[in-house]
Amino acid sequence: MRNQSQIDSEKRTATLPFIITFVIMIGFWLIFSGKFDLFHLSLGVVSCLLVTFFSSDLLFPTGLKTDFLACWVRFALYVPWLLYQILLANLHVLRLSFHPRMMALIDPHIIEFNSHLESDIARTTFANSITLTPGTITVNVSAMGRFTVHCIDVASGDPLPGEMERQIERIFKE
Amino acid sequence: MEHVFLYAGLYLCLLMFLSLYRAVAGPTILDRLIGTNAIGSKTTSLLILIGLMYHRVEMFVDIALAYAMLNFITVLAASRYFQKRKGLYDENTD
Amino acid sequence: MNIFITLLLICGLIFFTGGTLGILRFPDFYSRLHPAGKLDTFGLVTTVGALALYIAFVQGLFLTALKIGLIIVFVFITSPTATHAIVDAGVRAGLKPWTKPSSGEDQT
Repeated sequence: MRNQSQIDSEKRTATLPFIITFVIMIGFWLIFSGKFDLFHLSLGVVSCLLVTFFSSDLLFPTGLKTDFLACWVRFALYVPWLLYQILLANLHVLRLSFHPRMMALIDPHIIEFNSHLESDIARTTFANSITLTPGTITVNVSAMGRFTVHCIDVASGDPLPGEMERQIERIFKE
Repeated sequence: MEHVFLYAGLYLCLLMFLSLYRAVAGPTILDRLIGTNAIGSKTTSLLILIGLMYHRVEMFVDIALAYAMLNFITVLAASRYFQKRKGLYDENTD
Repeated sequence: MNIFITLLLICGLIFFTGGTLGILRFPDFYSRLHPAGKLDTFGLVTTVGALALYIAFVQGLFLTALKIGLIIVFVFITSPTATHAIVDAGVRAGLKPWTKPSSGEDQT
């Protein structure tokens, strides 16, 4: 009895990523083709089914978590804050780049710090956010969670493992 | 509005020539790669401008999307390929 | 609407100018990546977003504007990855980052 229910739950966790991948792909097909007659729609359904059958395990390699939808909602709430930070970063680098005495202002150096984010997706999001925001580029992320970051001046590297890490930690609920 | 698009496109072409200096004269190969990447990202927005000028946007948008993807793959493949070459060091000090 | 779109377009062109000047002026390859990775991305997003607004609200082609929105999302995902690939290649080849001559002790 228990074995049967286990098999059932396994099958359901394999079916749900399949459906989600298929829905995402059919959405992309509709946007990119722009034709809504029967021929193009059936062509899209057939090719999306084929691609989903071969590669549905690539998009969610670790299986779905239970709070999958809430995770996406929290991520969508994180994006406007990130956009504001990106705007600030761009104005800073723009001022540096137009400044006549630029060589006196910049002071490139490399800092390292430990992060306690665990999962791969949280670390990837954190590294990409660092690269997009104030004067910092992620050089390397080790498997132990040690980040190496190249900063363009002293002020931009100071607040690093702070606010942004807390935001990402709240998104992925670790 | 047409004139705004025309002058914006011409200005983008000027910026692309300036980036071409870094792609030609950069001291290391990775500097050339940065210059090429900058030219590619300007081309993506220039393609949509050209589409607006010729009144064929729905065709040129697809080309711009393909060009953005191609630019990304170019940078990835080239930086993987040149990873452990001697040419990455300063060419003047060899 | 036209004036707003033109202003947004000019903002994007200013960001592109800053990126190009930064690529030409910064001293070494690590610091050149900062304007190349950020200013070019943001200039592209602003310019293309202004054109998407023009296409959607002046010409009325909503599907094409949606495609341009997908270009913006794609660039936001791939640009940090490309920057990281270049930095990684530089680090593995052993390029030393440029530091300010007064603060560094390796002057010999």
